[in-house]
Order: sequence, then structure tokens, then C-alpha cells
Amino acid sequence: MNYQSQRVAKPYFIAALGLFVGQIVFGLIAGLQYLNGTFLFPALPFDVVHMSHTNLLIVWLLMAFMGAAYFIVPEEAQTELYSPKLALITFWVFLAAGAVTILSYLFVPYTQLAAMTGNAVLPTMGRGYLEQPLPIKVGIVLVALSLLFNVTMTLIKGRKTSINFILVGSLWGLALLFLPAFYFPQDTVKASFGWWWVVHGWVEGDWELILGALLGFILIKMTGVDREIIEKWIYIIVAMTLISGLVGIGHHYYYTGAPAYWIWLGSIFSALEPIPFMLLIAFSFKTLLQRRREYPNKAAMLWAMGTPIMAFLGAGLWGFMITLAPVQYYIHGTNFTAAHGHLAFFGAYAMIALAIISYAMPLLRGRIANSMVAQRWEMTGFWVMTTSMIGITLALTGAGIVTAFLQRAAEDPMGFMQVQDKARVFFWIREFFGASFFLGLLIYLRSFFFAGEYEYANEMKQALSK
Amino acid sequence: MQQVFTKAMARNIFLGGAGFFLVIYLLLAYDSFQQIPIRDHAVNLTPSVLRGKYLFDTNDCIGCHTVNGEGAYYAPELGNVYKRRGPDFIKAWIRSQPSGAPGRRQMPNFHFNDDQLNDVTAYLQWLSNIDTNKWPPNIEG
Repeated sequence: MNYQSQRVAKPYFIAALGLFVGQIVFGLIAGLQYLNGTFLFPALPFDVVHMSHTNLLIVWLLMAFMGAAYFIVPEEAQTELYSPKLALITFWVFLAAGAVTILSYLFVPYTQLAAMTGNAVLPTMGRGYLEQPLPIKVGIVLVALSLLFNVTMTLIKGRKTSINFILVGSLWGLALLFLPAFYFPQDTVKASFGWWWVVHGWVEGDWELILGALLGFILIKMTGVDREIIEKWIYIIVAMTLISGLVGIGHHYYYTGAPAYWIWLGSIFSALEPIPFMLLIAFSFKTLLQRRREYPNKAAMLWAMGTPIMAFLGAGLWGFMITLAPVQYYIHGTNFTAAHGHLAFFGAYAMIALAIISYAMPLLRGRIANSMVAQRWEMTGFWVMTTSMIGITLALTGAGIVTAFLQRAAEDPMGFMQVQDKARVFFWIREFFGASFFLGLLIYLRSFFFAGEYEYANEMKQALSK
Repeated sequence: MQQVFTKAMARNIFLGGAGFFLVIYLLLAYDSFQQIPIRDHAVNLTPSVLRGKYLFDTNDCIGCHTVNGEGAYYAPELGNVYKRRGPDFIKAWIRSQPSGAPGRRQMPNFHFNDDQLNDVTAYLQWLSNIDTNKWPPNIEG
């Protein structure tokens, strides 16, 4: 860590991990409600658990992205952050807003929350991921503006690298793409069309740029490979993201009331969306093979290499399986989509967040890398979480296929609840892997509670004596 | 190779590709917005339908259900529920929740009065007439 102001990243990372724990707890409750519909009802109806689960996901990922920005932008610009104080105030505002949001979901009925917060004046509530009351949405915009001001001023006064341009540019994109959250037309089809500007625009567009910038940064640092080569790769990867993904948004428009030409356009362009993820794998492993040093933080390297693979599987492969219109005709709105969502969010975004945290946290705590004991705990956490998420994905895929066959494609289709009963075994498997994911998360968190740093001399001696 | 394909070229592909396809998308989106009101019969968005939609959103119906496949996968599709069940069943169903049947997924009671029930049903009826390119495959949603 070269600049004192990078320290403001630390509370962001810690809070991100805390919110991550909350997300998984709500996920486990939601999974149990699939198995026992009266569990915690009426205290916590499923929709409240569901929105807490998805909103915490977004908040913790944004926390981690912001922390990453405050850590990376000064280092790349080779100057102190424009205002560390503003970054710290912004942290507390964002954390408070996130906490108030979740608590209000849990303790205030949603209708009442809408009535209390002026939803009638400017309706924005009642859409997936964007359930927040109006004042919270305004708060998110203010937090984003504060972040953008701070990192942009830092960028202007310092060295201009491509990593920083892509990172700061994609943070601007992230903020701009949130603005359609305030556009909720009374025409439901238009509303759905515009809702995807936020959701698709983030996860199948802008966030892939953030992913590319973060991965590029940590690979430059850990492998010592020439920046020019890495930045060239990143430009090509993010170019492919937007070339495929902008019109690829059409794969959300097949069956929601939009014109029929999206069936062709969406299928063709979204079928190209796995390409940037393939390139990401090629890029990271080529960079790994060309490394000029052995970076002592093996755990961070594991996260960095795991991210492109899992992102390809979740976003690329699982996305491709359901993206073509004739397939989606039977799969749309089933748990197959949830399977894709879980593996893509985890593989691409949770893992890159954990990768940057793994790289930066030891530095923020005054060491290059954690002791090998701590790293072993962290790497165990990596494997348990990753395999568990694959288990969750396969289980939800199974449940989705049951729906496709019994409810959608059958000659004599069954009703929704009857089909859900048939898929019950898959909901059990999902919950089992959910529990093991939680265990993996605890193992991962345990790794933060070891004192001491990585010692070259000791490790070398041990390696030689083998 | 490095000289042949420079970083500046890669950056230009990124900026040019993004800009080009953004313009294409915006043109298509503009065209879609011209067609959507026809496809979904926006002329039928009566005050009652819109009141029903407001109730639908502020009770977070898509937190469990889907509408044209979008939402949560805990409860049945509502885009075509009007055609599947009809208005009387829908009203009776909403009124009788929660079922309290042990272990069965529960739907809260939203304490709608008769006018509100009519509004929600009118919204569901409007939804059921959207041209969704023949989705869902059958009446079960």
C-alpha cells in the first residue's frame, strides 16, 4: 500500500463481508420456506426474505466495488485520494442507508413503507432488486455522486492509466444506469423494458467493466506482467462485453410484450455474451503463465484465477443454455433462471469482490500477505463456497427442468404448486448446499483472525526440507 | 505482434464498438416504445386498472409471483392468471388467504375492500391481454 488515503477502503471491505453474511442467512431462510411454506410466516413472508436476500447482495457488492475504487484509483493515479474524509462520511451514510432499508423491510409492512415514504408522489417501489423506498434511492444517488466526485478528482490530478479510465468510467456508468430506477411508467410492458436498463445494464454490461478493471489491476500487481499487455487484453474483453451485451439485452424482451424482432436480435447477440468470459479465462491464465514473480498471497491468486472460470460457467455457460428464444420459451421464469443468477452473481461479482478483498486486506493490515495458516483457511473457504455454489446451481437447474417438462412442455400440463412438489428433492439439495456454503463462508471469515504475516524465510525452509 | 496490434487500437475497438451498438440499441428501443402501447392495449389502462397496478406494486406481488416470467419463482405466474382462473376465483382466493395449511406456501392477506379487489382483478385482466409472442406455452403459466 503506497498511499495513506487508501486506508478508507478497509471499512468498506469489512462492511461488505458483514452484509454478505446477512445475505446468506436470508438465503437459507428463503430456501427453508421452499421446503416448509409456513416457516416464519406471517412474521417474515417469503417476499420480505427474498428482497432482503437480493438487496443485501447488491449492497455488499457495491460496498466492495466502492472499497476497491478507493483502494485502486489512488494507487493507479500515484497520488493521494482527493478527499479521504468524504469517502469515510460516504461510507457511514451508505452503511446506515443499507441498514435502515433492511430493517424497514423486516419491521414495516411494504404497503405502509410505500405510504410513509412518498411512493404515491413518484412511484418506484415493487420491482425486483429496486424495492427500496424513494428516499433510499435518492440516497444511493447521493452516495454515488460523492464516490464519483472523489475518484474523478483523484484521476484528474494524478497519472492516467487505462485501468483507472475503465474503472472510473464504469463507476460513472453504474451511477447513470441506476437512474432508470426512477422511471416506472404505468404501462407494465414499458416498465419491464426499462427495468432491464438497470438490471441487464449492470450485470451484463457495466459491472463486467468493473470486473475487468479489478482483475487487470490485481494481476498487474501479483504477476508483474507488463501493464501494456494486460490493459490491451482488458480493452478487448470489455469491448466484446458491450458489442454483444448492448443488443443482447433483447434476450429479456422475447416474452414480455416487446416486439417480436427481439427474438432474433436477442438470440444472436446474447449468444455472443460468453465470448468476453472465454477471453477473460485466456487472459488470466496466459498472464499467470507469464508471471515474473511468485506472489506470496496464494489465496488472492486463487480467487483471481477462480473468478474467470466461475464467471464463465455461471454467466457464460448457464446464461447461454437459457438464452436462445426457443429454449427460453420453456425455461423462462423457472428456477433454471435462478440457477444462472446464483452462479453468475457468485462467479463473476462475489468472487471478484473477494479477490480484491483478499489482495488488499493484508496490505491494509500492514503486511504483503497473511501467514500460511490464515491462507490455508481462506483457500479452504474458497473451495467449500465454490463447490457449494455449484451444488446450489445444479439443484436449481434440476428444479427448473422439472418445471419445463411437467408444466411447460407436457401434453397435459400440471399446475404450478403440483410441479413444485415434484421438484421438492431439488429444493432439499439446494438447502443442503446452502448450508455448506454458509459453512464455507465461516471458514473464510475465520482466516481473518490469525495474527502474523507471511514469512519468506520460514516458508522457504519448509519447502526445501520436503 | 505487439507492434501490429496496439493498446490504442484495442481502446478504439472498445469505444467504437460500444458507441455503435449503443446507437443501434437506442434506435431499436425507440421503435419498441412505439409498438408496445399497441401490443399491450395501453388504451385499456383505465383508472381502475392503474389503481390495481398500484396495489399490485405496493404489496410486492412480484416478490413471490412472476408476471410474464419476471419476478420470484415462489408462486404462480400472474400474467395469464385472469384467463386461467377467472375474476370470481381470483377475488375469492385473495380474500381467503392465508390458507394456514401446514407446510404449504402461504400468501398474506392484504385486507383489500371490494373496490380494491375489483381494481386488482382489472389489472390482472389487462395483463392477460398483452401480446407476449404466445408465451407462456400453455394456460398453467
